[in-house]
Amino acid sequence: MAEQALSGWKKWLEGSGDQVIFLKGFFRNMFRGGFEWSEFVRQCYEIGYKSFTLVGVTAFIMGLVLALQLRPTLVSFGAESMLPRTLAISIIREIGPVITALICAGKIASGIGAELGSMKVTEQIDAMDVSGANPMQYLVVTRILATTFMVPLLTLLGDVIGLAGGFLAININGKVTLMLYYSKCIDSIGFSDLLPAFIKTIFFGFVIGFIGCYKGYNSNKGTESVGISANSAVVAASLWIFVIDAIVVQVSNIIIY
Amino acid sequence: MEDKETIEELKQPSSKKKEVVIHIKGLKKAFGEKEVLKNINLDVHRGENVVILGKSGTGKSVTIECIAGMLAPDEGEVKVFGDEVAGMTEKQLKELRTKIGFLFQSGALYDSMTVRENLEFPLKRVLKVRDQAEIDSRIEEALDGVGLMDAIEKMPSELSGGMRKRLGLARTLIVKPEIMLYDEPTTGLDPVTSREISQLILKMQKKYKTTSIIITHDMECAEITADRVVVMNDGEYIAEGSFEDIKRSKDEFVRSFF
Ligand SMILES: Nc1ncnc2c1ncn2[C@@H]1O[C@H](COP(=O)(O)OP(=O)(O)OP(=O)(O)O)[C@@H](O)[C@H]1O
Ligand SMILES: [Mg+2]
Repeated sequence: MAEQALSGWKKWLEGSGDQVIFLKGFFRNMFRGGFEWSEFVRQCYEIGYKSFTLVGVTAFIMGLVLALQLRPTLVSFGAESMLPRTLAISIIREIGPVITALICAGKIASGIGAELGSMKVTEQIDAMDVSGANPMQYLVVTRILATTFMVPLLTLLGDVIGLAGGFLAININGKVTLMLYYSKCIDSIGFSDLLPAFIKTIFFGFVIGFIGCYKGYNSNKGTESVGISANSAVVAASLWIFVIDAIVVQVSNIIIY
Repeated sequence: MEDKETIEELKQPSSKKKEVVIHIKGLKKAFGEKEVLKNINLDVHRGENVVILGKSGTGKSVTIECIAGMLAPDEGEVKVFGDEVAGMTEKQLKELRTKIGFLFQSGALYDSMTVRENLEFPLKRVLKVRDQAEIDSRIEEALDGVGLMDAIEKMPSELSGGMRKRLGLARTLIVKPEIMLYDEPTTGLDPVTSREISQLILKMQKKYKTTSIIITHDMECAEITADRVVVMNDGEYIAEGSFEDIKRSKDEFVRSFF
């Protein structure tokens, strides 16, 4: 037992060391020159654009359900008019970023892990390397930057659609116009709500791309390792999302209040 | 082919006159407990085609992976153009790799790219060719050489096994490397195409003075391409000489290849 735990820790430490090296490789290759613009744009499309529907639908339903759940409580306090404000704050501060990031971890991190993993297995990464091309720059830098760029955008989209979902729930009784609702939402959100939320989505995006690339790029040879890379990418990225969430909330609370 | 020459005669003049491009001495490589390469010694001279024969799993691929710096040797030296591969910085290794062409046994085609993009990749990213007209003409030349002109817009998954092999070859040759490492270039091809590929290897040698190591099980390919043949068994080279020498060898293991 003890031995097993020890070797588990050792593996974890070794893995952490590898990740730091991989991170260094990422930064070195990012600033190396010869940035792969067209591949970056393609990845933004693949990663971002193709996740729009999934993020949109999920956010809409989340907003709708959240409003439906909140409503009875607020009504019983006679604070029904607080509904847009409560919704806006919870969606923009927490639910929008985290739900979007978790969905992206499931869709994007696993996709990258599987794609790079199978490129590794079929020796495509070795072939790039041995030909004198730069697979870190072509495959890894572009993907990590694409997720870092697209996840915040997807979150923004998720926030807006989530609020629209909330509007639908409120408006089942048809008391508020859409304009009034959105202006109420916007009024209730301050800079101190937006900035930490935005910063955290950047980290979410980075970690999704980074973990996906790391797991795929370092996958073992053999078909089952493609599945393992994809799977462990989702697990690790999701965990990191919660860790980052906790840290950013703590830090921003200290700074802002 | 100079079939009259003995091994000694073949070695002597070449080591005096011709530059040694690849120098391997006392190479050892093990994976865990398993000793794959035990003691490999090989000099390859400029413009020479060396064929390596050997049973499956004896470490032929491992040998050329050590030359390209994909694996680090446990012991012994591997020098290419006079420089130790294992001691190179990342930059030097990259520099060296632009001069080495490596044909993977599995082809290793970029399967998210079309045939054209597969060939563009090394031109744009290794040779840094910017001129689209030059890129197009080189792609055309490369595809013509392997008879794949019709497939230019196809994806690798739409190609047959033999076509994939030929595309891999075209992608490696398109940068006109000084050293070519062919890992089973004709395996899985029909006899006619195999012969064409062997001729192509020979043509590359003559036209661009390419130095090559060719791993193969195909005796016809060996006969066509080899200036020198080495036979490998159990992590060591056990015989060496021209194709005719090897063919006439008394050694039972060597004989079993013919
Ligand atoms: N990266 C690696 N990790 C562990 N073992 C390896 C690795 N590469 C090769 N081997 C082992 O080394 C031995 C030699 O492999 P190699 O691929 O060189 O054989 P080969 O002579 O090319 O055979 P074939 O003709 O079938 O291609 C095999 O037993 C293989 O299991
Ligand atoms: Mg092999």
